[in-house]
Amino acid sequence: MAKTENQKAWFFVLPVLILVAFNAIIPLMTVVNYSVQETFGNNDFFWAGVVWFEEILHSSRFHDSLMRQLTFTFTILAIEIPLGVIIALAMPRKGPWVPVCLILMSLPLLIPWNVVGAMWNIFALPDIGMLGRMLNEMGFDYNFTRQVGDAWFTLILMDVWHWTSLVVLLAYAGLVSIPDAYYQAAKIDGANSLSIFRYIQLPKMKRVLTIAVLLRFMDSFNIYTEPFVLTGGGPGNSTTLLSIDLVKIALGQFDLGPAAAMSLIYFLVILLLSWVFYTLMMRNEEQ
Amino acid sequence: MSLELKGVSKQVDGETHIYPTDLKLETGSFNMLLGTTGSGKTTLMQIMAGLEPVSSGQIFFNGADVTGVPVQKRNVSMVYQQFINYPNFTVFENIASPLRVAKVPEAEIKRRVDEMAELMKLGPMLQRRPSELSGGQQQRTAMARALVKDSSLVLLDEPLANLDFKLREELRDELPKLIAKRNCVVVYATTEPIEALLFAGHTATLHQGRVTQFGPTSDIYRTPKDLISAKVFSEPPINTAKVVKEGNVIKLGSDIKWEAKGNLSNMKDGQYTFGIRPHHVTAQELGEQAIKVEGSVQITEISGSESVVHFNMHGNSWVSQSHGVQYHDVGSVAHLFADVSQGLYFDDKDQLVSL
Repeated sequence: MAKTENQKAWFFVLPVLILVAFNAIIPLMTVVNYSVQETFGNNDFFWAGVVWFEEILHSSRFHDSLMRQLTFTFTILAIEIPLGVIIALAMPRKGPWVPVCLILMSLPLLIPWNVVGAMWNIFALPDIGMLGRMLNEMGFDYNFTRQVGDAWFTLILMDVWHWTSLVVLLAYAGLVSIPDAYYQAAKIDGANSLSIFRYIQLPKMKRVLTIAVLLRFMDSFNIYTEPFVLTGGGPGNSTTLLSIDLVKIALGQFDLGPAAAMSLIYFLVILLLSWVFYTLMMRNEEQ
Repeated sequence: MSLELKGVSKQVDGETHIYPTDLKLETGSFNMLLGTTGSGKTTLMQIMAGLEPVSSGQIFFNGADVTGVPVQKRNVSMVYQQFINYPNFTVFENIASPLRVAKVPEAEIKRRVDEMAELMKLGPMLQRRPSELSGGQQQRTAMARALVKDSSLVLLDEPLANLDFKLREELRDELPKLIAKRNCVVVYATTEPIEALLFAGHTATLHQGRVTQFGPTSDIYRTPKDLISAKVFSEPPINTAKVVKEGNVIKLGSDIKWEAKGNLSNMKDGQYTFGIRPHHVTAQELGEQAIKVEGSVQITEISGSESVVHFNMHGNSWVSQSHGVQYHDVGSVAHLFADVSQGLYFDDKDQLVSL
């Protein structure tokens, strides 16, 4: 008997295929398309091969942006992850204050990104901003629009304010999922709070912390709106992170080819680093 | 050694979790806490351990008042229903952890952990982490950790509840042997009457925060003080029905009656609650005073070695437990025999009538 072939199955896959095509494959392929061509306007395109990739990889401008990006990302990770864990540990685990704490923690996450940038811009202005004025009154020579150090300080402070909550919420979720019996068992053993953290809470939080690190890494590596509104990449190029530089090339100079090549390299860097993070953090799990 | 609770009670937010309780637990046998989920077994254990403060009353260990003494200073071990181990320690380090805290010399640790692992059949697993073990092995690790130090009080809070049937049987056999040589007070909480009977020793039946009865297990099983203790200590649940005694006849409804023999004839005339355990209601005519009972069948459960039939007995839901395979169609009338000589009689306050 001949096997009946049923092609109907394709119709079930089709909606997803269309969705993925429109939100991922087609835009990505457009970028790939731009990255290997040269244009002088008029919608005329010429084959350029890997010229743009070579140019980007050898450009000191890209190297500088990448270094700034890495510095920014690793600084905020080094602050936000431990700080988030400390705050999560300090939060009450039951009682009427739990919802209050959770809502307070979620608030920064609810604010639109450009609002966060604008808020901090005004907040930090040295003449009229509360933070900037206060610092100057206290005798610090603070001006984030002119001094590189101050610009970085404000940028990092803003990101910590905005995103530590996410780490707190994830770490808190990990903490409350630990059964009471673990704490009792540790108490019976006579463990102090440091060993409870080291041997029970930290190992039990490992998975959510891995997710927290990955999310914060990817988000901070992609960050655009907040620093753009806050400093616009300045003073000079001192806070021009990768995404800001990319937009400058693509829309400021309208160099579509190099911008597309840079986007792909940018994408691959994130992919590679995410993979490295994940592998390192999950290494023990597989042993 | 002995652990004594005197008038111990526990209130949380105005709600009573444990009503004033007096208990005296001794070394040498299992002290079972038997009760349904939520009856207060775990709370009582936490009070015994010193993990929870008492609202009133005192706790004595070997005659010394330990009421306010923190758990670390009481030399207590506890095993939980969940498998509690240090997640990133190996099995060896897990078992060794209480000894490390107690600063036992390294060679001694090695010797005692190996010995314990041998007993618990964990020898080949010593270098693994808890996440790489089966549930039974994880729980054995937790037990090994509880038993490796010479605690004076060992608390086992439904340790076998989360294990599969076979492992549970295995550990039920092993546990008494592991405890036997120890000079410590052992408290074991369970929801299953069969476990209480298996470990013998002493049993306290718990119901809604009250210890309803305490004594040697077999005594409690045979002569429950009241209806609640009888219900707690019976699985399937004990069958009950209202009966009336008139002269030397006991009547259940209008059609079932039997002779009040022996001491029963001294019982005052009047209404009583009659209780009979399911294994005394059988398909075969067994016992000294088997009388016929019948009722429409609601459910049957046949395990091969025994058949359990739920049937309607004058408006009461009764359970019969017989040997072998006995088929009964649902809705049909089952003809069974109740050995009323094994029955228990409770008065209008649900207290056992002493005969």
